[in-house]
Amino acid sequence: MTDTLLEIDHLSVDYETGRGDLKALRDITFNVNKGEIVGIVGESGCGKSTLISSILRLTAPNTRFREGEVRFKGQDLLKASERQMRDLRGADISIVFQDPMQTHNPVLTIGQQMLDIQHRSKQSKVDKLTHAAKMLGAVGIPDPEARLKQYPHEFSGGMRQRIAIAMALMSEPDLLIADEPTTALDATLEVQIIERLQELQREFHCAILFISHHLGVIAELCDRVVVMYAGAVVESGDVREIFHNPKHPYTRRLIECDPGHIKERARVLPTIPGEVPDLANLPGGCIFRDRCDQAMTRCATEVPPLDQLKEGHHAACWLNHEEVTS
Amino acid sequence: MSLLNVVDLNTSYGPVNVLAGVSFTVEPGETYALVGESGSGKTTVIRAIAGLAPAQDGSVTFEGQEIRGAPESVMRPLRKDMAMMFQDPVGSLSPRLTIRSLITEPYRIQGMKDRDLDAEAKRLLEMVNLSTHFADRYPYQLSGGQARRVGVARALALEPKLILADEPTAGLDVSVQGELLNLLNDLRERLGLAMVIITHNLSVVRHVADRMGIMYLGRLVEEGSTETIFNDPRHPYTRCLLSANPEPDPDARLERIALKGEPPSLLKRPSGCEFRERCPFAKDICTQTPQWEVDGDHGLRCLAPLS
Repeated sequence: MTDTLLEIDHLSVDYETGRGDLKALRDITFNVNKGEIVGIVGESGCGKSTLISSILRLTAPNTRFREGEVRFKGQDLLKASERQMRDLRGADISIVFQDPMQTHNPVLTIGQQMLDIQHRSKQSKVDKLTHAAKMLGAVGIPDPEARLKQYPHEFSGGMRQRIAIAMALMSEPDLLIADEPTTALDATLEVQIIERLQELQREFHCAILFISHHLGVIAELCDRVVVMYAGAVVESGDVREIFHNPKHPYTRRLIECDPGHIKERARVLPTIPGEVPDLANLPGGCIFRDRCDQAMTRCATEVPPLDQLKEGHHAACWLNHEEVTS
Repeated sequence: MSLLNVVDLNTSYGPVNVLAGVSFTVEPGETYALVGESGSGKTTVIRAIAGLAPAQDGSVTFEGQEIRGAPESVMRPLRKDMAMMFQDPVGSLSPRLTIRSLITEPYRIQGMKDRDLDAEAKRLLEMVNLSTHFADRYPYQLSGGQARRVGVARALALEPKLILADEPTAGLDVSVQGELLNLLNDLRERLGLAMVIITHNLSVVRHVADRMGIMYLGRLVEEGSTETIFNDPRHPYTRCLLSANPEPDPDARLERIALKGEPPSLLKRPSGCEFRERCPFAKDICTQTPQWEVDGDHGLRCLAPLS
């Protein structure tokens, strides 16, 4: 039995809207083990943000948890009290957001903000500042003691994102959620952040749930990958399985579309024609059917289950279901 | 004659010397990519070409006509032939105008009263593969990819000879990114467009650009055909940028060249080679200032080039 830290178990989440219920997440199931880096890949509208906010229970007022559980160390977070959630957030589960320019309070020094987030600690202010400086050093900010006295605008984007990571790791959380932490950064800084995350993960042994639409980053950083499309998990598995042996047509097409994959200059780049279906008015059958070039009759009527193809590799596609049953 | 000829372009904002002598040319029908980290001056270059940013020194000639610092009365008619695609697709569209007004605004600005604007709107939307229903919508009703395509439609409205595109695929999903690049490639072939494209996605550059220039601290440090730069990069900075491109393959163990730290402040430009302090290949000679040297079509500013 592996050490499971986070279990998303058949989670379905709706948003109540004027047009009816928008089925933002449908039957999401996957685990994050202790000390593991799990990547979530998916394009706009796939439900990545809803998933994160559901785990942290920081959802919009019109959110309805229809079904399923989010278990963290065995406890169902959807049933936890607000008090319990407050104790978890920032202590056991912390998050790094996408936009480093808007994460920090512009009118407080970095030192003050790093003091504030240690509000649970009984240490003296001096000790807390020492700890803050040590964490800034750990994410590669030179001259950390002096830098604590500076304001966010005195740091570059890459530095601010590293400060956000330092803050998220201060309480030594068991789970770090990183929501597209490199999207707003240059490729050179992106690489620096990825390498820093890998180092820190080895040092602090926290699990990381890494959300990105950048396949290159996912391939480089993650142990396992969950591929989401339009509010559903379409495939999940070991990073090598997903990239070398993708079983769901969406995963396959997504990898083909990445221009980093195509070494020769192409006149016409591959695309996935069509659009994500309207989640308030779900079509029956497989959610990817309309854009899939291998769709069959069955795909129009029945939702394919997330089949286990082999140990740790799951895909929700009728093509593979045949393989499994035959 | 080159379509666009930029010579020794200089821009300063007070003491901040953003562009320190940028020179390049773009031939008719050619796509030229400008690549570099944030703050290297890419956006300032194309804004200065379009007359939207100041340039205190140097020269910009478009079809032989000097346009650096030209007054609006000179620039406005030229903008028929030189269109800009801005970085933020939604932010560049006025929230109060319909898509129809937005994409036909260029005709009104240029005083082309004889045009049937409804017909033009239809033609432009079809050209960028958007349904004609979009004509009556407002920008907030569009996805990022659709807003991009509206930006393309507007830039193409007057059939320009040159498009200045600032990060045209930033923020787009990979499945949509290909669509936009295919569209640009296709239009380029059909209309003979030339483009200056800014991007920090090197995978994109490989597929769209004929030639490329690599910028660092407001200067070109290397320039050449896309093939030459990808296959035979001579400047250590170029080599670092190319190696910092994460590949969608978990087993691709790249020979990654770590680039140390971040670009220095423009207020404190380093002496000698300005890349020296971050350069993994710096030598003693790099305390001297490198000059721009050209070998065939391959330009380089480095005293210790890689082979």
